[in-house]
Amino acid sequence: MKPAAFEYLSPTHLNDALDLLARHGASAKILAGGQSLVPTLNFRLGRYDFLIDINGVGELAYIRLEEGALRIGAMTRQRAIERSPLVRRHAPLLAEATKSVAHLPIRTRGTIGGSLSHADPAAEYPAVLLALEGELILRNRQALRRVPATEFFVGPLETVLRPDELLVEIAIPAARPQQGFAFEEVSRRRGDFAIIGMAAAVAMDARKIGEARFAACGIASGPVRLRAAEALLIGQVPSPALLVEAGRVASRSVTPQSDLHADAEYRRHLIDVLLQQVAAAAVADAGRERL
Amino acid sequence: MSKQHTITVEINGVSGQYQVEARRLLSDFIREDLGLTGTHVGCEHGICGACTILFNGEAARSCIMFAVQADGARIQTIEGLSQSGEIGRLQALFAEKHALQCGFCTPAMLITAYDLLRAHASPSDAEIREGMSAALCRCTGYDGIIKAVTQAAKENAVAAPADAGQPHGSCSGKGRRA
Repeated sequence: MKPAAFEYLSPTHLNDALDLLARHGASAKILAGGQSLVPTLNFRLGRYDFLIDINGVGELAYIRLEEGALRIGAMTRQRAIERSPLVRRHAPLLAEATKSVAHLPIRTRGTIGGSLSHADPAAEYPAVLLALEGELILRNRQALRRVPATEFFVGPLETVLRPDELLVEIAIPAARPQQGFAFEEVSRRRGDFAIIGMAAAVAMDARKIGEARFAACGIASGPVRLRAAEALLIGQVPSPALLVEAGRVASRSVTPQSDLHADAEYRRHLIDVLLQQVAAAAVADAGRERL
Repeated sequence: MSKQHTITVEINGVSGQYQVEARRLLSDFIREDLGLTGTHVGCEHGICGACTILFNGEAARSCIMFAVQADGARIQTIEGLSQSGEIGRLQALFAEKHALQCGFCTPAMLITAYDLLRAHASPSDAEIREGMSAALCRCTGYDGIIKAVTQAAKENAVAAPADAGQPHGSCSGKGRRA
């Protein structure tokens, strides 16, 4: 099918984009990478009077390290994130998870800001941001607000973004040496949507687990932190028996759905198994030198 | 609402000005307005990869982009790559290794392989399989395709681009940075 007609607006500066959002917000949609949006337009699942294409807003594409945080402009392509030495060194979980984001010809167009704003429950980046306790910087014409990832996602395809607001930057605390990270995903084929994906960020305190954050994607209600498993692991010396228990606790703490790709019981099983895998891998990763 | 936009696009080395409606998909623009029907349309929602082109030198799916977004861009389609001879050996290997049957996915497979081999001088088997998984084939079972690409990698059948040192994937969608 073909998209319904719309008016195409292509600002080249952020302020112009925010002006257009202020004027047309309720009947407009931001076009970033378009890799999720355009299919919905083709199917006419989405119809908008205005598309505001921000691909020309060059000031929104950057990756830099500032004051202990990795700052990534919302229009940074997934391919640029995948290839960035700064990301590999200071946000290795983001680099690792990006390999599971669709296929290369999608990643050359798709953006981090687009993926987070779209908030597909199967998408990897929302889970990564939850595990890293990242921050999302939103702008409208008047103001800027900083929203912790834990408050940004409201539900499937739903965030706290208001109609006149644009996600402009993502801030991720730079990785510390005692931290370890891991990401694993099960999908039908590499590059397909996640049946379940799991992100882990731990910090070791000598032999004990000092911090543990896990977040899953692929659950219909949206990305979810697995806090029961986190609570079980914090303060403990990791052991195989402890990880088995953490997996069991994690799988019981969520209510996954059944769909065409997997039933709820299989998703629950994957949460159990993947949590054990990423927890063990993240513990092993802690303290490893990052290149 | 059906306002026409004027775009300037370089297609296969030739620059031109065109009038397009905003909702015109880039794939339809290439096929119907330019008559370059080597770019195929399968699923039209970014899954099958049949519409893969090179957009500013990077593989992208033309069915989930709008023609108006190509203003200022450089596009290469299978016609341009074939005529340039750059993929001649790759094409010969596709024939030799039985990497096609009906041929519907073949232009996209060739572009995907070309893009993969330019980025990786000697890809592993896993990298080849993962890279080629970006395009779907309904006939071959993929083995012939993988064999052709593996052989092409061994022979260095595709040269690395002159700008190989440049990072991929910056925000250059509209080619306006200069």
